[in-house]
Amino acid sequence: MSRYRIPGKGRVDHSAPVSFTFDGKTYRGLRGDSVASALLANGVHLMGRSFKYHRPRGAVSAGSEEPNALIGTSRGAGRFEPNTRATVQELRAGLVTESQNKWPNLSFDVGAINDRAYMLFSAGFYYKTFMWPKSFWDKIYEPVIRGAAGLGKSPTEPDPDHYASRYLHTDVLIVGAGPAGIAAALSAAQSGADVTLVDENPEMGGSLLSDPAVQIDGKPAWDWVEGQLGRLRAAGVRLMTRTTAIGYYHQNMVGLCQRLTDHLDNPPKGAPRERMWRVRAGQVVLAQGALEKPLVFDGNDRPGVMLASAAQTYLHKYGVKVGNNPAVITSHDSAWYAAFDLSDNGAKVAAIIDTRDSVRPDLAEGARKRGIEVLNGHTVTTTKGRLRVKSVRAAPVRGTHVGTGRSIPCDCLLMSGGWTPSLHLFSHTKGSLAWDGASNTFLPDRKTEECEIAGAGRGLWGYEAVLADGAAAGLRALEGLGRAGHEGRFTVANDRPGTGVSHTELPTDGNAGKARAFIDFQNDVTAKDIRLAVREGMRSIEHVKRYTTNGMATDQGKMSNINGLMIAADALGKQPPQVGLTTFRPPYTPTSFGAFCGYLRGETFQLTRKTPIDPWAEANGAVFEPVAQWRRAWYFPKPGEDMHAAVLRECKATRASLGIFDASTLGKIEVAGPDAVEFMNRMYTNPWTKLAPGRCRYGLLLGEDGFIRDDGVIGRLSPDLFHVTTTTGGAARVLTMMEDYLQTEWPELDVWLTSTTEQWATVALNGPNALTMLKPLVEGVNWDDFPHMSCAECTVAGLPARLFRLSFTGEVGFEVNVPARHGLTLWKALMEAGKPYDICPYGTETMHVLRAEKGYIIVGQDTDGTVTPADAGLEWAIGKAKKDFVGKRSLSRPDIVAKGRKQLVGLLTEDGSLLQEGAQIVLDPNQPKPMKMVGHVTSSYQSTMGHPIAMAVIEGGFDKMGETVFIPMPDGVRKAKITSTVFYDPQNERLKA
Amino acid sequence: MLLIHCPYCEDTLPELEFTYAGEAHIARPADPSALSDEEWRDFLFIRTNARGPHYERWRHVGCGRFFNALRDTVSDRFLMTYKAGEARPTLTQEAAE
Repeated sequence: MSRYRIPGKGRVDHSAPVSFTFDGKTYRGLRGDSVASALLANGVHLMGRSFKYHRPRGAVSAGSEEPNALIGTSRGAGRFEPNTRATVQELRAGLVTESQNKWPNLSFDVGAINDRAYMLFSAGFYYKTFMWPKSFWDKIYEPVIRGAAGLGKSPTEPDPDHYASRYLHTDVLIVGAGPAGIAAALSAAQSGADVTLVDENPEMGGSLLSDPAVQIDGKPAWDWVEGQLGRLRAAGVRLMTRTTAIGYYHQNMVGLCQRLTDHLDNPPKGAPRERMWRVRAGQVVLAQGALEKPLVFDGNDRPGVMLASAAQTYLHKYGVKVGNNPAVITSHDSAWYAAFDLSDNGAKVAAIIDTRDSVRPDLAEGARKRGIEVLNGHTVTTTKGRLRVKSVRAAPVRGTHVGTGRSIPCDCLLMSGGWTPSLHLFSHTKGSLAWDGASNTFLPDRKTEECEIAGAGRGLWGYEAVLADGAAAGLRALEGLGRAGHEGRFTVANDRPGTGVSHTELPTDGNAGKARAFIDFQNDVTAKDIRLAVREGMRSIEHVKRYTTNGMATDQGKMSNINGLMIAADALGKQPPQVGLTTFRPPYTPTSFGAFCGYLRGETFQLTRKTPIDPWAEANGAVFEPVAQWRRAWYFPKPGEDMHAAVLRECKATRASLGIFDASTLGKIEVAGPDAVEFMNRMYTNPWTKLAPGRCRYGLLLGEDGFIRDDGVIGRLSPDLFHVTTTTGGAARVLTMMEDYLQTEWPELDVWLTSTTEQWATVALNGPNALTMLKPLVEGVNWDDFPHMSCAECTVAGLPARLFRLSFTGEVGFEVNVPARHGLTLWKALMEAGKPYDICPYGTETMHVLRAEKGYIIVGQDTDGTVTPADAGLEWAIGKAKKDFVGKRSLSRPDIVAKGRKQLVGLLTEDGSLLQEGAQIVLDPNQPKPMKMVGHVTSSYQSTMGHPIAMAVIEGGFDKMGETVFIPMPDGVRKAKITSTVFYDPQNERLKA
Repeated sequence: MLLIHCPYCEDTLPELEFTYAGEAHIARPADPSALSDEEWRDFLFIRTNARGPHYERWRHVGCGRFFNALRDTVSDRFLMTYKAGEARPTLTQEAAE
């Protein structure tokens, strides 16, 4: 047994040793230990180095607020986690841990040179030191600072674990299973209410686990806890341990992160590591207790200096004495009990130093009885010891005078500066806080949610008071649900009530300017830094925080905020509430990205939509690309072909004979009803009244601002039925826009809108042989009256179909729509029938090239939400005789008709090189930088014509036909000539075949 | 996550089922061509940007209907929801509280 473990004591299993490593050395702890308690049991206080000064640090707390003892933990490849709090990580067999922020090792760290250069690294030193010369910032200062900064190492491999998420509805959610939370749960679990009690620790009981001598209703604290938890379980209360309430959101939604496997030696295969719960509660009871504050004095950060309550927890929960010779410095009664308990367990308490001139007689008597020296009205001016505290210097204070001090040898120093109610979750709800001058702390004030705050969380102290408050809060929650119950009463023996006072920095006889009195341990913020920030003009606590980084550590100011505020207020000569408190934001404690992602990662990040023809594409070697949640065949490479070769082959085959393309992802909307044509007239720019059934037309949709939103070919199947197609990505957006106008602007129109995107499989046939090949398969079409831009309901290969004759390639083209379930059958039938014509399946890339050669735009690629029909050369698509349509009025707005708008043109490079899409265009490449950019390349492809083609939007482009523009690229300036966007068959001869 | 009452479904459902659709009670002019450039600009772009109760449009993706809501932009609280086309309700004292 180790030197600091008390045999048989604590809630750890003394018969179950667990071995683990810390910085490569093997240690033995017990089942039930935290990493911190196991190290302390081995006499190890030094657990890390601080962030800025690389000062040696040990655990200062025993809970999730720990700022110092941050470690890396590992369970094999991909399962490394930095910045785990050693006070929270439960021991498991074979756990590998390492300290952080040190090199070459924890005891001797080169970075500690920063500590010697302390005077250089004051608040705001980044802003002051690295100002000049300016050119040094990018190349020297920033890389060096980035290299030196940062907490821990990021894991480098993908996380192999998986994470779960769940929703939960509960009547009452109680956060915190200490005495107040348990009492609240007992009240709430009446009348059949559904109650959930959560706690971040592995065991419920809260502070009672660290105070076993307390008796409730005649039972020792631990027995009482066990009995009440049994009662709650029997009453059907959901008890969740290792579950942190990380955020409190609108309408009583609370996020819970439950840790499931990190404490297990061998997690079950497939078990999720963590589970995120999104809880909607009728009522919430916050019973999160209070966090102890450190005192602020020179050397308060040495390993071995820790919160008194932490020492008490290590003693009672883990059976670990944090030292054999502790000294205590306190301004609150609670630390006296820690001293008594350590003394009663064999430690020789060196002294209790209390800043107050007198304390309660029973405390003084308790110390006398145990032979502990008491120094009332004293301060601590400094501590000594390199890697562990060795002595503390105590000095009497009379008024403002600090008398002669003396050094008191000790092997640990327990401090208590009083307690801060834990109101983080309450603050998430924008509940207001009120300053309580008596206790020098903020207490909950006005509530915005259906919640109750109970116990130490609202400033109460002593178990009897806290239990009664919890019971009352639980009952109020129950009554808030419209249910009734009775309030439990509890009698407490050996209670430990207490009060205290608050301080800024403790008075000292040393040079206050040289004191290393820490407030934010993790960020190395000292009292001096706060006062400097105020001297340099920071007035709001928000500015002080950002200038000094106080409270910005991973503990989010749990320990540092109030001390920082007290000192800033003192420096400003104001009351703390006038200086204000920074806002607490979720999460309450650091939470893994995995827990937030849950199932939404990898293949389940988002759904993948597949067309009915997708299996054929996959079987035939298609390379896929994602398009608006669809996976689409991009190209079909033959053996040995790269993308460029495959696309060129597909393009040429289509232009030469026949290509086949899966266009099923096209958005489809059926617009039906007596007023369908009126509705279409109002929505789209084009005139629809005279479009005969059996004909189709290119439709252009604008926003009310006159900019292009979507386009597609629209067929009129009968007087009251339009088959509208949209872009693949625009389908849902267009339907929503149509619904909006129909529901809210024109509810008088008798029209029905139905999304039919997934009801139809669409196969496009293009090429000079398309008509010849298709004809024999079709029944029900009068070919004598089926020119380009026709549509019909018919059968194709015996399947019921909607046949469109249209072209997005410049060749004779058809789109065959069949019910989705027949899509694959149709595709196979067409492939078979196309054999004599060397039918060539092509993908989206070839579709893009062929349309670009014809200057057909793709909305969202060649347009960007600031392009009007005139800008895109589509004025022909506007029904000028129509009095109104969506966006019409905007087309005559001054900005829209102004000269110099960017217009869509073609580009041909002089040297025959391929331009990059997105590249910026200038008129004069020799002008000084920053150059005036007049537009950018929107589309660029290798074409079937032996040279690349591009489209671009260029200011006043239509008036610049034939002129040369310049595209500066990293490897040189490209020259290009402005042309028409139609590169291929400008007379549309090929469509007339 | 907010809970929002759909006045068509008559059910209070999670925010995930809804999308925001801009300020409410801005009717499209019956004859846009009769509007001056300034009037049309105001219709297109000028919005209240209220601090406090704000009349706005939402869409319930579940049933596909657009409806109106009165939401406090400071507290992010829905004070009421009502069907599209209904008159702008006045904010009652109880609702404001």
